[in-house]
Amino acid sequence: MSLSINHLLGLKGVSEKDITLILDTADNFYEVLQREIKQVPTLKGITIVNLFYENSTRTRISFELAEKRLSASPLNFSTSTSSVSKGESLRDTMRNIEAMKIDMVVVRHGAAGVPAFLTRCTNATIINAGDGLHEHPTQALLDMMTIRQKLGKLKGLKVAIIGDILHSRVARSNAWGMSAMGMKVVLCGPPTLLPQHPECLGVEVTDNMDKALDGANVIMMLRLQMERQNAGLFPSIREYRERYGLDLEKLSKLPRDIIVMHPGPINRGIELASNVADGEHSVILDQVTNGVAVRMAVLYLLGGGGDNA
Amino acid sequence: MLEKKNGQILYPFDPAAPKRSMLIKNGRVIDPANSIDETLCVGVDQGRIAWLAKEPPPGFAAHMEIDAEGLWVTPGLMDMHVHLREPGREDKETIETGTQAACAGGFTAVACMPNTNPVLDEESKIRYVAQRAQDCSCRVFPIGSITKALAGEELSPFGEMVRAGARAVSDDGKSVRKSNIMKNALNYSKSFGIPVICHCEDNDLSHGGHMNEGAMSSLLGVWGQPSIAEEIIVSRDVLLAQYTGARIHIAHVSTAGSVRIIREAKKQGVAVTCETCPHYLALTDADLASYNTNMKMNPPLRTKKDQEALLAGLADGTIDVIASDHAPHVSEEKDVEFDAAAFGVIGLETSLPVIMTYLIEKKLLRPSQLVEKMSLLPNRILGLGGGTLSAGRFADITIIDPKARWTIDSRYFYSKGRNTPFDGLEVQGRAKYTILGGIIVYERRGTS
Repeated sequence: MSLSINHLLGLKGVSEKDITLILDTADNFYEVLQREIKQVPTLKGITIVNLFYENSTRTRISFELAEKRLSASPLNFSTSTSSVSKGESLRDTMRNIEAMKIDMVVVRHGAAGVPAFLTRCTNATIINAGDGLHEHPTQALLDMMTIRQKLGKLKGLKVAIIGDILHSRVARSNAWGMSAMGMKVVLCGPPTLLPQHPECLGVEVTDNMDKALDGANVIMMLRLQMERQNAGLFPSIREYRERYGLDLEKLSKLPRDIIVMHPGPINRGIELASNVADGEHSVILDQVTNGVAVRMAVLYLLGGGGDNA
Repeated sequence: MLEKKNGQILYPFDPAAPKRSMLIKNGRVIDPANSIDETLCVGVDQGRIAWLAKEPPPGFAAHMEIDAEGLWVTPGLMDMHVHLREPGREDKETIETGTQAACAGGFTAVACMPNTNPVLDEESKIRYVAQRAQDCSCRVFPIGSITKALAGEELSPFGEMVRAGARAVSDDGKSVRKSNIMKNALNYSKSFGIPVICHCEDNDLSHGGHMNEGAMSSLLGVWGQPSIAEEIIVSRDVLLAQYTGARIHIAHVSTAGSVRIIREAKKQGVAVTCETCPHYLALTDADLASYNTNMKMNPPLRTKKDQEALLAGLADGTIDVIASDHAPHVSEEKDVEFDAAAFGVIGLETSLPVIMTYLIEKKLLRPSQLVEKMSLLPNRILGLGGGTLSAGRFADITIIDPKARWTIDSRYFYSKGRNTPFDGLEVQGRAKYTILGGIIVYERRGTS
């Protein structure tokens, strides 16, 4: 079995079959991660560059760990330690790195479309680790892996994604991926934090949190950036928390088997009350664990491993 | 002679050369100013149109003849919105290369925008451009800035600039932000009979946007500029024109709302004209799916609905002019991530074929309307005598081959710019001859 895609630029247009293959492979790697020796030799000799133009802790570490556990050779590059500060163009940076003979590139960038741009600069395999407001496909994959792990299936489940949808590449990737898997996705946030024409994402959109939560099996809370208040997008944290935050009181009215997710980092006490983040419904740390397994699966399948599996 | 391997030839233009007489016969002569659209002969003598007739008058001896059978003979095309980049960014384009591109695109005249470095905001700078353009194979009419250094604060000296040859004023590239300054500019312009060309963009609304705000920008995760950023300033400037009685021309109209506002204003007698560009007529924001930076311009490509409104506006006369907004950039500014790419596309060498292919072939525009919008009306708006084949006028003539099928190939452009969204596009129609003051300055050989 192998994927029908050569790069992972986003989940828009990726088939149910491909996503299922990634999630099944990730489940296998999850088993590997439970062993005493957590490393497999699958990508030995493969060099992977982690090209991070934006700050990231979780995603970068997760990818690096996944690469090491597949015995690949990771190479880390972030803007503070590169010649980007000297004004080198992205194409030149990419071509210079490629000249050093690398196989795969994991890229995060503040501008949408950069992973697609890189496919036109290099022959290496490109994996999107977040581009602007566009997509963050491995996050959505680890979210789906976690839901499947906890609730046993994806098809037919309802997910409420709540918060700053406008600025969220996670929401976009999940909207595509979860829809492909037959899930019902509702995006919810104040109208100022919803994208224009959200119907183009092919999912339901509402500014009413109660409506979003009605019948939901999964709640995914998104991080609220403080800068958005200064930009005039919402008036106060207090009002935001009241209308779109998740606390025990709201949670208590929901079914007992509901799960609470968050892509991190959490603003405790703003979008998510601490006792909910750490409570029995929370699967936030499982998401982090699964992130490594999912990224191993993506690297393995795109790194050529799929043909031999 | 500047020849290209695909059959293009630019001939040097020597204003002092002897003016030989010329007979253009068997062509379909399209001259909307005189309501002419029929097969006629055109006689040229002393650099001017001598006569239009079924047969040459007895005794007319032509030094040379062009058989224009199957071709259109039109007044020289004019592009009233181009960026020639000189002075300041001669690496992107010069007056020489820009006018060569114009000539190859079938244009005998262009009006160039003042957002150069330095800005064309005083007499000496206008004179510089006019002087540099003197021996070029296309007439160049400079546009002065509305405000000094395009800063939006103090008015540029319109009178001195007009004396030096400026035919309009514009702060193209941005709007005059302060409504009171715009009101003053409009009032002041009335003394000189020049139009104020408005770039309409509410910067607070458009700020940070790299494409049209809408479903496509949401899909691509790119910050958008909403259509209302354009329409709010179109409304403002139309109201200011009505209030002051001054004459305005709205540059690069791209939205359905702008068309609606301008249509209404014209009905009410406001002295407003406007233009749109070929890229808005041939492309939409859906074409940005691969983040092609050669489709990034300001205002941005809009939606299908906007495009339909532009086409309706062209057909009913709301939109007077088609101009290219030719904006050359170096590859370093385009071969980058979408957000970092410069705004602007080139158009001089693609305008005519794109309009022929998308509008004439599809019967959305009649040939005489094309000549109006790409020749007659730009001339009228800028107070020039060109755009017609009336006897006695300069013999600026474009001979168009409406049947030539060919593929746009940016490698053969005379422009320094390669930032075209139309590279590789199969088109029908192009200029076969460009004639300036009775002299052939451009010829395209072959039929493919």
